[in-house]
Amino acid sequence: MPAAMLEHSTGRLREEELIRRIRDGEPELFYELVRPYEQRIYFIAFSILRNQHDAEDVSQEAALKAFKNLRHFRGEARFSTWLIQITMNEARMWRRKAHANLMEPLEKPADEEGEYRPREFADWREIPSEVLERKEVREALAQALASLGDKYREVFVLRDVQHLSIEETAKTLGITVASVKTRLLRARLMLRDLLSPGWGGSWSSKLSFAKGNKPW
Amino acid sequence: MVVNCEHVWREISNYLEGDVDPTLKAAMEEHFKECKNCTSVLEGMRNIVAVYGDERLLDVPLGFGSRLQRKLEENLPGRRGGVLGLVLAFAATLLIVGAVSLGNSMASSTPELLSEHADPAKNSTPANLLVVVAQDGKVFHRGKNCPFIVDKAHLRTLTAGEAMHEGYAPCVRCMREYMAAAPPPPWLKQAEDDEEAHATIDQR
Repeated sequence: MPAAMLEHSTGRLREEELIRRIRDGEPELFYELVRPYEQRIYFIAFSILRNQHDAEDVSQEAALKAFKNLRHFRGEARFSTWLIQITMNEARMWRRKAHANLMEPLEKPADEEGEYRPREFADWREIPSEVLERKEVREALAQALASLGDKYREVFVLRDVQHLSIEETAKTLGITVASVKTRLLRARLMLRDLLSPGWGGSWSSKLSFAKGNKPW
Repeated sequence: MVVNCEHVWREISNYLEGDVDPTLKAAMEEHFKECKNCTSVLEGMRNIVAVYGDERLLDVPLGFGSRLQRKLEENLPGRRGGVLGLVLAFAATLLIVGAVSLGNSMASSTPELLSEHADPAKNSTPANLLVVVAQDGKVFHRGKNCPFIVDKAHLRTLTAGEAMHEGYAPCVRCMREYMAAAPPPPWLKQAEDDEEAHATIDQR
Protein backbone atom coordinates (compact mmCIF):
# COMPACT_ATOMS: atom_id res chain seq x y z
CA MET A 1 0.00 0.00 0.00
CA PRO A 2 1.46 3.45 -0.90
CA ALA A 3 2.56 5.53 2.09
CA ALA A 4 -0.07 8.24 1.52
CA MET A 5 -2.90 5.70 1.40
CA LEU A 6 -1.58 3.96 4.50
CA GLU A 7 -1.41 7.27 6.35
CA HIS A 8 -4.94 8.13 5.21
CA SER A 9 -6.39 4.80 6.36
CA THR A 10 -4.50 5.05 9.68
CA GLY A 11 -5.94 8.54 10.17
CA ARG A 12 -9.42 7.26 9.47
CA LEU A 13 -9.02 4.32 11.86
CA ARG A 14 -7.84 6.68 14.55
CA GLU A 15 -10.84 8.89 13.84
CA GLU A 16 -13.24 5.96 14.16
CA GLU A 17 -11.59 4.99 17.43
CA LEU A 18 -11.94 8.55 18.75
CA ILE A 19 -15.61 8.68 17.76
CA ARG A 20 -16.29 5.36 19.48
CA ARG A 21 -14.59 6.50 22.68
CA ILE A 22 -16.37 9.87 22.73
CA ARG A 23 -19.71 8.08 22.34
CA ASP A 24 -18.69 5.67 25.12
CA GLY A 25 -18.26 8.51 27.58
CA GLU A 26 -15.05 10.43 26.91
CA PRO A 27 -16.33 13.81 25.64
CA GLU A 28 -13.02 15.47 26.40
CA LEU A 29 -11.56 13.74 23.34
CA PHE A 30 -13.89 15.66 21.04
CA TYR A 31 -11.50 18.55 20.40
CA GLU A 32 -8.89 16.00 19.35
CA LEU A 33 -11.37 14.75 16.74
CA VAL A 34 -12.22 18.23 15.43
CA ARG A 35 -8.75 19.75 15.59
CA PRO A 36 -7.51 18.54 12.16
CA TYR A 37 -10.47 20.32 10.56
CA GLU A 38 -10.63 23.53 12.56
CA GLN A 39 -9.07 25.56 9.74
CA ARG A 40 -11.60 24.15 7.30
CA ILE A 41 -14.62 24.98 9.43
CA TYR A 42 -13.36 28.51 10.07
CA PHE A 43 -12.79 29.04 6.34
CA ILE A 44 -16.34 27.96 5.49
CA ALA A 45 -17.85 30.20 8.15
CA PHE A 46 -15.68 33.15 7.12
CA SER A 47 -16.34 32.76 3.41
CA ILE A 48 -20.09 32.72 4.02
CA LEU A 49 -20.27 35.47 6.65
CA ARG A 50 -17.21 37.55 5.63
CA ASN A 51 -16.74 38.63 9.22
CA GLN A 52 -14.04 37.34 11.55
CA HIS A 53 -16.09 37.49 14.77
CA ASP A 54 -19.19 35.85 13.34
CA ALA A 55 -17.05 33.19 11.65
CA GLU A 56 -15.43 32.30 14.95
CA ASP A 57 -18.78 32.13 16.78
CA VAL A 58 -20.27 29.98 14.03
CA SER A 59 -17.26 27.64 14.01
CA GLN A 60 -17.67 27.10 17.74
CA GLU A 61 -21.43 26.57 17.46
CA ALA A 62 -20.92 24.12 14.59
CA ALA A 63 -18.40 22.10 16.61
CA LEU A 64 -20.81 21.98 19.56
CA LYS A 65 -23.64 20.93 17.28
CA ALA A 66 -21.47 18.18 15.82
CA PHE A 67 -20.78 16.90 19.32
CA LYS A 68 -24.47 16.89 20.23
CA ASN A 69 -25.31 14.99 17.05
CA LEU A 70 -22.35 12.62 17.05
CA ARG A 71 -24.63 9.69 17.90
CA HIS A 72 -26.37 10.27 14.56
CA PHE A 73 -23.13 10.10 12.60
CA ARG A 74 -23.28 6.75 10.82
CA GLY A 75 -19.88 6.72 9.18
CA GLU A 76 -21.37 6.55 5.66
CA ALA A 77 -19.63 9.83 4.80
CA ARG A 78 -16.25 10.93 6.11
CA PHE A 79 -16.37 12.72 9.44
CA SER A 80 -14.78 15.78 7.79
CA THR A 81 -17.57 15.94 5.19
CA TRP A 82 -20.21 15.65 7.88
CA LEU A 83 -18.57 18.41 9.93
CA ILE A 84 -18.25 20.65 6.86
CA GLN A 85 -21.95 20.14 6.10
CA ILE A 86 -22.94 21.07 9.65
CA THR A 87 -20.75 24.19 9.53
CA MET A 88 -22.15 25.32 6.19
CA ASN A 89 -25.71 24.93 7.46
CA GLU A 90 -24.90 26.78 10.65
CA ALA A 91 -23.27 29.65 8.71
CA ARG A 92 -26.24 29.92 6.35
CA MET A 93 -28.67 29.99 9.26
CA TRP A 94 -26.59 32.69 10.94
CA ARG A 95 -26.60 34.76 7.76
CA ARG A 96 -30.34 34.30 7.35
CA LYS A 97 -30.93 35.58 10.89
CA ALA A 98 -28.65 38.57 10.30
CA HIS A 99 -30.43 39.42 7.05
CA ALA A 100 -33.85 39.00 8.71
CA ASN A 101 -32.86 41.59 11.29
CA LEU A 102 -31.80 43.98 8.57
CA MET A 103 -35.08 43.42 6.66
CA GLU A 104 -33.17 43.01 3.42
CA PRO A 105 -33.76 40.46 0.67
CA LEU A 106 -31.45 37.44 0.95
CA GLU A 107 -30.51 37.16 -2.70
CA LYS A 108 -30.81 39.01 -5.91
CA PRO A 109 -33.30 37.39 -8.31
CA ALA A 110 -32.06 34.12 -9.78
CA ASP A 111 -29.86 34.71 -12.80
CA GLU A 112 -28.67 31.19 -13.47
CA GLU A 113 -30.48 31.00 -16.76
CA GLY A 114 -28.44 33.71 -18.44
CA GLU A 115 -25.07 32.60 -19.74
CA TYR A 116 -21.84 34.00 -18.38
CA ARG A 117 -19.32 34.77 -21.10
CA PRO A 118 -15.62 34.93 -20.25
CA ARG A 119 -14.18 38.44 -20.59
CA GLU A 120 -10.45 37.99 -20.19
CA PHE A 121 -8.40 35.97 -22.64
CA ALA A 122 -4.84 36.59 -21.48
CA ASP A 123 -2.53 33.59 -21.65
CA TRP A 124 -2.32 31.67 -18.40
CA ARG A 125 0.76 29.86 -17.26
CA GLU A 126 0.67 27.47 -14.37
CA ILE A 127 0.55 29.44 -11.14
CA PRO A 128 3.68 28.66 -9.13
CA SER A 129 2.85 27.07 -5.81
CA GLU A 130 5.07 29.48 -3.88
CA VAL A 131 2.91 32.53 -4.67
CA LEU A 132 0.49 31.30 -2.01
CA GLU A 133 3.17 32.03 0.58
CA ARG A 134 2.58 35.71 -0.18
CA LYS A 135 0.02 37.34 2.03
CA GLU A 136 -1.14 39.83 -0.59
CA VAL A 137 -1.90 36.94 -2.97
CA ARG A 138 -3.94 35.12 -0.33
CA GLU A 139 -5.78 38.35 0.44
CA ALA A 140 -6.52 38.97 -3.24
CA LEU A 141 -7.89 35.42 -3.56
CA ALA A 142 -10.08 35.92 -0.50
CA GLN A 143 -11.29 39.28 -1.82
CA ALA A 144 -12.20 37.80 -5.21
CA LEU A 145 -14.09 34.96 -3.55
CA ALA A 146 -15.92 37.38 -1.25
CA SER A 147 -17.10 39.38 -4.25
CA LEU A 148 -19.11 36.45 -5.67
CA GLY A 149 -22.84 36.20 -5.00
CA ASP A 150 -23.81 33.95 -2.08
CA LYS A 151 -25.05 31.01 -4.11
CA TYR A 152 -21.92 30.87 -6.28
CA ARG A 153 -19.60 31.29 -3.32
CA GLU A 154 -21.29 28.48 -1.37
CA VAL A 155 -20.99 25.97 -4.19
CA PHE A 156 -17.42 26.96 -5.01
CA VAL A 157 -16.29 26.75 -1.36
CA LEU A 158 -17.79 23.30 -0.84
CA ARG A 159 -16.58 21.81 -4.12
CA ASP A 160 -13.26 23.51 -4.87
CA VAL A 161 -12.00 24.56 -1.44
CA GLN A 162 -13.39 21.79 0.76
CA HIS A 163 -13.32 19.11 -1.96
CA LEU A 164 -16.80 17.75 -1.38
CA SER A 165 -18.20 15.81 -4.32
CA ILE A 166 -20.82 17.41 -6.58
CA GLU A 167 -23.46 15.16 -4.98
CA GLU A 168 -22.36 16.02 -1.42
CA THR A 169 -22.40 19.72 -2.33
CA ALA A 170 -25.94 19.40 -3.72
CA LYS A 171 -27.11 17.56 -0.61
CA THR A 172 -25.54 20.08 1.76
CA LEU A 173 -27.14 23.05 0.03
CA GLY A 174 -30.45 21.33 -0.71
CA ILE A 175 -30.21 21.98 -4.45
CA THR A 176 -30.03 19.72 -7.50
CA VAL A 177 -26.84 18.33 -8.98
CA ALA A 178 -27.62 20.28 -12.17
CA SER A 179 -27.77 23.54 -10.17
CA VAL A 180 -24.45 22.76 -8.51
CA LYS A 181 -22.85 22.28 -11.92
CA THR A 182 -24.34 25.51 -13.32
CA ARG A 183 -23.28 27.57 -10.31
CA LEU A 184 -19.85 25.99 -10.21
CA LEU A 185 -19.26 26.84 -13.87
CA ARG A 186 -20.23 30.44 -13.29
CA ALA A 187 -18.21 30.76 -10.07
CA ARG A 188 -15.09 29.39 -11.74
CA LEU A 189 -15.51 31.64 -14.79
CA MET A 190 -16.07 34.74 -12.66
CA LEU A 191 -13.07 34.04 -10.44
CA ARG A 192 -10.96 33.40 -13.49
CA ASP A 193 -11.91 36.79 -14.93
CA LEU A 194 -11.35 38.53 -11.59
CA LEU A 195 -7.90 37.01 -11.18
CA SER A 196 -6.79 37.04 -14.79
CA PRO A 197 -3.04 37.65 -15.07
CA GLY A 198 -1.52 40.69 -16.73
CA TRP A 199 0.75 40.62 -19.76
CA GLY A 200 3.15 37.73 -19.54
CA GLY A 201 0.56 35.37 -18.10
CA SER A 202 2.41 34.83 -14.89
CA TRP A 203 1.46 35.53 -11.31
CA SER A 204 5.04 35.57 -10.19
CA SER A 205 6.53 37.99 -12.69
CA LYS A 206 4.70 41.03 -11.36
CA LEU A 207 4.50 42.67 -8.01
CA SER A 208 2.64 45.73 -9.07
CA PHE A 209 -0.66 47.07 -7.91
CA ALA A 210 -0.95 49.30 -10.95
CA LYS A 211 -3.72 47.14 -12.40
CA GLY A 212 -5.86 47.45 -9.29
CA ASN A 213 -5.91 44.81 -6.59
CA LYS A 214 -4.02 42.09 -8.45
CA PRO A 215 -0.52 41.66 -7.08
CA TRP A 216 0.76 39.60 -10.01
CA MET B 1 -18.94 16.39 -33.77
CA VAL B 2 -17.85 20.03 -33.97
CA VAL B 3 -18.30 22.48 -31.11
CA ASN B 4 -18.08 26.28 -31.05
CA CYS B 5 -16.72 28.57 -28.32
CA GLU B 6 -20.08 29.10 -26.58
CA HIS B 7 -20.61 25.36 -26.38
CA VAL B 8 -17.11 24.88 -24.97
CA TRP B 9 -17.66 27.56 -22.29
CA ARG B 10 -20.90 25.90 -21.19
CA GLU B 11 -19.19 22.55 -20.73
CA ILE B 12 -15.71 23.61 -19.66
CA SER B 13 -16.32 23.15 -15.94
CA ASN B 14 -17.77 19.67 -16.53
CA TYR B 15 -14.78 18.93 -18.75
CA LEU B 16 -12.45 19.74 -15.85
CA GLU B 17 -14.51 17.43 -13.65
CA GLY B 18 -14.11 14.63 -16.21
CA ASP B 19 -17.89 14.74 -16.52
CA VAL B 20 -18.46 14.93 -20.29
CA ASP B 21 -19.12 12.02 -22.63
CA PRO B 22 -16.24 10.77 -24.80
CA THR B 23 -17.59 12.27 -28.05
CA LEU B 24 -17.92 15.75 -26.55
CA LYS B 25 -14.55 15.41 -24.83
CA ALA B 26 -12.85 14.61 -28.14
CA ALA B 27 -14.64 17.50 -29.87
CA MET B 28 -13.60 19.93 -27.14
CA GLU B 29 -10.00 18.80 -27.32
CA GLU B 30 -10.01 19.35 -31.06
CA HIS B 31 -11.40 22.84 -30.45
CA PHE B 32 -8.71 23.66 -27.85
CA LYS B 33 -6.02 22.88 -30.43
CA GLU B 34 -7.39 25.58 -32.70
CA CYS B 35 -8.78 28.18 -30.31
CA LYS B 36 -6.46 30.31 -28.22
CA ASN B 37 -9.29 31.98 -26.30
CA CYS B 38 -10.85 28.72 -25.16
CA THR B 39 -7.43 27.40 -24.17
CA SER B 40 -7.00 30.54 -22.05
CA VAL B 41 -10.37 29.88 -20.39
CA LEU B 42 -9.42 26.26 -19.72
CA GLU B 43 -5.95 27.04 -18.34
CA GLY B 44 -7.25 29.89 -16.24
CA MET B 45 -10.00 27.77 -14.75
CA ARG B 46 -7.57 24.94 -14.07
CA ASN B 47 -5.33 27.42 -12.22
CA ILE B 48 -8.24 28.81 -10.21
CA VAL B 49 -9.27 25.33 -9.08
CA ALA B 50 -5.67 24.51 -8.15
CA VAL B 51 -4.95 27.64 -6.07
CA TYR B 52 -8.25 27.65 -4.19
CA GLY B 53 -7.84 23.95 -3.46
CA ASP B 54 -4.53 24.58 -1.72
CA GLU B 55 -4.53 24.09 2.06
CA ARG B 56 -2.38 27.20 2.56
CA LEU B 57 -5.42 29.31 1.85
CA LEU B 58 -7.00 28.03 5.05
CA ASP B 59 -5.89 30.58 7.57
CA VAL B 60 -7.30 31.08 11.07
CA PRO B 61 -6.99 34.02 13.47
CA LEU B 62 -4.33 33.72 16.14
CA GLY B 63 -5.54 31.75 19.15
CA PHE B 64 -8.54 30.35 17.26
CA GLY B 65 -7.76 26.75 18.18
CA SER B 66 -7.32 27.40 21.88
CA ARG B 67 -10.53 29.44 22.01
CA LEU B 68 -12.41 26.61 20.27
CA GLN B 69 -10.96 24.10 22.69
CA ARG B 70 -11.96 26.26 25.66
CA LYS B 71 -15.49 26.69 24.32
CA LEU B 72 -15.83 22.93 23.95
CA GLU B 73 -14.46 22.28 27.44
CA GLU B 74 -16.93 24.76 28.90
CA ASN B 75 -19.92 23.30 27.10
CA LEU B 76 -19.38 19.56 26.84
CA PRO B 77 -20.78 17.30 29.55
CA GLY B 78 -18.49 15.66 32.11
CA ARG B 79 -17.15 12.19 31.42
CA ARG B 80 -19.05 9.03 32.36
CA GLY B 81 -17.69 5.90 34.08
CA GLY B 82 -16.19 4.98 37.46
CA VAL B 83 -12.72 5.35 38.87
CA LEU B 84 -11.40 2.33 36.97
CA GLY B 85 -12.80 3.69 33.73
CA LEU B 86 -11.19 7.03 34.50
CA VAL B 87 -7.79 5.43 35.07
CA LEU B 88 -8.06 3.32 31.92
CA ALA B 89 -9.24 6.27 29.87
CA PHE B 90 -6.42 8.43 31.18
CA ALA B 91 -3.89 5.75 30.24
CA ALA B 92 -5.46 5.44 26.79
CA THR B 93 -5.44 9.24 26.37
CA LEU B 94 -1.74 9.28 27.24
CA LEU B 95 -1.16 6.65 24.58
CA ILE B 96 -3.06 8.66 21.97
CA VAL B 97 -1.41 11.92 22.96
CA GLY B 98 1.95 10.14 22.82
CA ALA B 99 1.19 8.82 19.35
CA VAL B 100 0.00 12.24 18.20
CA SER B 101 3.07 13.96 19.68
CA LEU B 102 5.32 11.42 17.99
CA GLY B 103 3.51 12.03 14.71
CA ASN B 104 3.79 15.77 15.18
CA SER B 105 7.45 15.64 16.08
CA MET B 106 8.09 13.62 12.94
CA ALA B 107 6.09 16.02 10.79
CA SER B 108 6.97 19.36 12.31
CA SER B 109 9.21 20.99 14.83
CA THR B 110 6.47 23.47 15.85
CA PRO B 111 5.68 22.96 19.53
CA GLU B 112 2.08 22.27 20.48
CA LEU B 113 0.51 25.22 22.31
CA LEU B 114 -0.61 24.13 25.77
CA SER B 115 -2.13 27.46 26.63
CA GLU B 116 -3.20 30.57 24.82
CA HIS B 117 -0.60 32.46 26.84
CA ALA B 118 2.07 30.39 25.13
CA ASP B 119 1.05 31.89 21.82
CA PRO B 120 4.28 33.26 20.37
CA ALA B 121 2.58 36.26 18.78
CA LYS B 122 1.21 37.24 22.17
CA ASN B 123 4.45 36.59 23.99
CA SER B 124 6.31 38.74 21.56
CA THR B 125 3.69 41.52 21.59
CA PRO B 126 5.18 44.18 23.87
CA ALA B 127 2.94 44.33 26.95
CA ASN B 128 3.17 48.12 27.11
CA LEU B 129 2.21 48.65 23.45
CA LEU B 130 -0.88 50.86 23.19
CA VAL B 131 -3.70 49.12 21.36
CA VAL B 132 -7.42 49.68 20.86
CA VAL B 133 -10.45 47.45 21.36
CA ALA B 134 -13.99 47.95 20.07
CA GLN B 135 -16.95 47.77 22.42
CA ASP B 136 -18.24 44.34 21.35
CA GLY B 137 -15.01 43.06 19.83
CA LYS B 138 -12.93 40.07 20.79
CA VAL B 139 -9.61 41.22 19.37
CA PHE B 140 -7.28 44.14 19.94
CA HIS B 141 -5.92 46.31 17.16
CA ARG B 142 -2.74 48.31 16.58
CA GLY B 143 -4.72 51.46 15.86
CA LYS B 144 -8.11 52.80 14.94
CA ASN B 145 -7.39 52.56 11.22
CA CYS B 146 -7.47 48.75 11.05
CA PRO B 147 -10.13 47.78 8.48
CA PHE B 148 -11.22 44.86 10.68
CA ILE B 149 -12.71 47.19 13.31
CA VAL B 150 -16.46 47.08 12.85
CA ASP B 151 -17.56 49.60 15.44
CA LYS B 152 -15.14 52.51 15.15
CA ALA B 153 -17.39 54.79 17.19
CA HIS B 154 -16.78 52.99 20.50
CA LEU B 155 -13.08 52.36 20.87
CA ARG B 156 -11.10 52.03 24.07
CA THR B 157 -7.31 52.44 24.31
CA LEU B 158 -5.30 50.22 26.65
CA THR B 159 -1.99 48.36 26.68
CA ALA B 160 -1.54 45.02 24.90
CA GLY B 161 -0.85 43.41 28.29
CA GLU B 162 -4.14 44.67 29.69
CA ALA B 163 -6.00 43.64 26.53
CA MET B 164 -4.65 40.08 26.74
CA HIS B 165 -5.42 39.97 30.46
CA GLU B 166 -9.02 40.87 29.62
CA GLY B 167 -9.17 38.01 27.12
CA TYR B 168 -8.73 39.90 23.85
CA ALA B 169 -6.77 38.20 21.07
CA PRO B 170 -4.48 40.02 18.60
CA CYS B 171 -6.20 41.10 15.36
CA VAL B 172 -5.36 38.74 12.55
CA ARG B 173 -4.81 41.70 10.22
CA CYS B 174 -3.10 44.67 11.83
CA MET B 175 -1.34 42.94 14.74
CA ARG B 176 -0.01 40.26 12.45
CA GLU B 177 1.35 42.96 10.15
CA TYR B 178 2.86 44.73 13.13
CA MET B 179 4.46 41.54 14.43
CA ALA B 180 5.71 40.62 10.95
CA ALA B 181 7.62 43.92 10.87
CA ALA B 182 9.33 43.06 14.18
CA PRO B 183 12.09 40.41 14.25
CA PRO B 184 10.61 37.07 15.38
CA PRO B 185 12.02 35.18 18.37
CA PRO B 186 14.67 32.62 17.29
CA TRP B 187 12.55 29.53 17.91
CA LEU B 188 9.64 30.96 15.92
CA LYS B 189 11.99 31.64 13.01
CA GLN B 190 12.98 27.99 13.16
CA ALA B 191 9.32 26.97 12.98
CA GLU B 192 8.79 29.25 9.99
CA ASP B 193 11.66 27.60 8.20
CA ASP B 194 10.04 24.25 8.67
CA GLU B 195 8.17 23.37 5.51
CA GLU B 196 5.47 21.65 7.50
CA ALA B 197 4.86 24.56 9.86
CA HIS B 198 1.90 25.80 7.84
CA ALA B 199 0.14 22.50 8.43
CA THR B 200 -0.37 23.43 12.07
CA ILE B 201 -1.96 26.58 13.45
CA ASP B 202 -0.67 29.51 11.42
CA GLN B 203 1.47 31.43 13.89
CA ARG B 204 2.97 33.93 11.53
